Amino acid sequence: MAAQRHPDPAFRGRIATVVVCLVLLWPMLVYSEFKPWILFDAQSLKSTGAFLADFLTPAHSLEFLQMVLHQTWITVAIATCGLALALLGAIPATLLVTERLSISMLGTGRMRLPARALRQCVRIVLILLRSVPELVWALLFVRIVGLGPTAGVIAIALTYCGMLGKVYAEILESSDAHASDSLLANGSSRLAALLYGALPESAAELVSYTVYRWECAIRGSAVMGFVGAGGLGQRMDESIKMMAGSEVATMLIMFVLLVAAADLVSKWLRKDLV
Amino acid sequence: MAATYRLAQLTVHHLAAKQQGAAALHALNLVVEQGEQLALIGPSGAGKTTLLATLACAHQPTSGQLQVLGTDPWALAQDARHRLRARLFLAPQTPPLPPRQRVVTTVLAARLPRWTLWQALSSLFKPAEPRAAFEALARFGLGDKLYARVDRLSGGERQRCGLARVLLSSAEAFLVDEPLSALDPTLAQLTLTALQQEAAARHATLVCSLHQVDIARANFARIVGLRAGRIVFDAPREQVTDAMIDALYLNESMEAPQAAFHETPERLAVGACL
Repeated sequence: MAAQRHPDPAFRGRIATVVVCLVLLWPMLVYSEFKPWILFDAQSLKSTGAFLADFLTPAHSLEFLQMVLHQTWITVAIATCGLALALLGAIPATLLVTERLSISMLGTGRMRLPARALRQCVRIVLILLRSVPELVWALLFVRIVGLGPTAGVIAIALTYCGMLGKVYAEILESSDAHASDSLLANGSSRLAALLYGALPESAAELVSYTVYRWECAIRGSAVMGFVGAGGLGQRMDESIKMMAGSEVATMLIMFVLLVAAADLVSKWLRKDLV
Repeated sequence: MAATYRLAQLTVHHLAAKQQGAAALHALNLVVEQGEQLALIGPSGAGKTTLLATLACAHQPTSGQLQVLGTDPWALAQDARHRLRARLFLAPQTPPLPPRQRVVTTVLAARLPRWTLWQALSSLFKPAEPRAAFEALARFGLGDKLYARVDRLSGGERQRCGLARVLLSSAEAFLVDEPLSALDPTLAQLTLTALQQEAAARHATLVCSLHQVDIARANFARIVGLRAGRIVFDAPREQVTDAMIDALYLNESMEAPQAAFHETPERLAVGACL
């Protein structure tokens, strides 16, 4: 009674997708040397146990807490300075890259060749900036400017300039164009159309993305501390190397608090804008 | 008297379908004198909006001659053309107002072509000409909404708010697309009167597309009937007969092109299941 079975026409495609995914994933597991069972070997279990037991009582001597607070402050400062510098580059880059505010496209649907070439160049620069991970930039700049926060600030500024420029342009392009198009059609300049048409449409998205990136920068600056770019990460690296679980625990709590604080700031800013 | 617009054999294609497919406007001949007021009527899809966009230099014609305020806009350099756009004002049918903006800001945006960037920026902090904005809004019965947010306005209020921009622009030609579509009959008459008085007071040309044939015949001395991208009649209102109006809107549904087979509902339903 094949006529009454109503076979699902999409079923074969789904099976094929699963098979293809498995075929692609298996070599990846092999090459990445994914061997989870090592975790459960007797020696690993013992040292993990000791390290984790230490976690239960986070370090809380006054001296240590003062040091952690000071390093936290440095971490936040690295993230904030890095992001501020990144914005200096990202905002002009956004204006150059976004296709939304093109006067030459108005009425013709085509962009003039020099405008298109400039746009493409800026886009490539942004790709270059963000395709090098911030950790690699940090390693590079630790060699150039020496150990300490400066390397971290420059690394964040470069990578985040690439990310912010790209995503800002995409946010602007995906928002409703009606307001800015109409201003352009009535003879406003690009910047005026941005200020009065495009920004009010997407201000909340832009702000929340920026605050989210600030949060990422805080985490990023902690990671870069491991390669000597200063801040909380550098101390954490030292504590992990000494297997001082209690100190690591205190610093991890500090990270959670930082991210929670960033979340609060984001919520508070968005409430004003939405 | 100088002509605001002089169209000869003007043909316009949609931007996406350039040079191919059916033209949106076929070989139009039209002369509009400075200070003249005319109503543009015709069934949906006749090309009214495209014609208004073309007159606003926001849409490049494919062939034929277009003279705007004595020059051919598409022969000008881009900057000069953009300055010309500031002398025309296109008010789209859906008001181009960012929902999160305040009414005062959105109305003052009509001043942008005249403002320097610094004036535009400072007006975002402190509205530059709140009095002028209030007076423009008051003409449309919206004086009390000066500091309200656009998303708090009703559909009709938004439409009038968009039209209040016309009064603040320094345009010599008003191109208004369906200004009454969201208004009740009383408000519609008030709104149209305000527009016509303003145009007459500054000797500006007014081209207004309308769906309400009665209102068009009652208020405009010259009526242009557009159908399928062609001018069917262009006459003083005394010469426009009911028969001409009936012919303009006749058989609108029957002449609609039959959907191609692959677009029929049955076919679409089958496609959705695959």
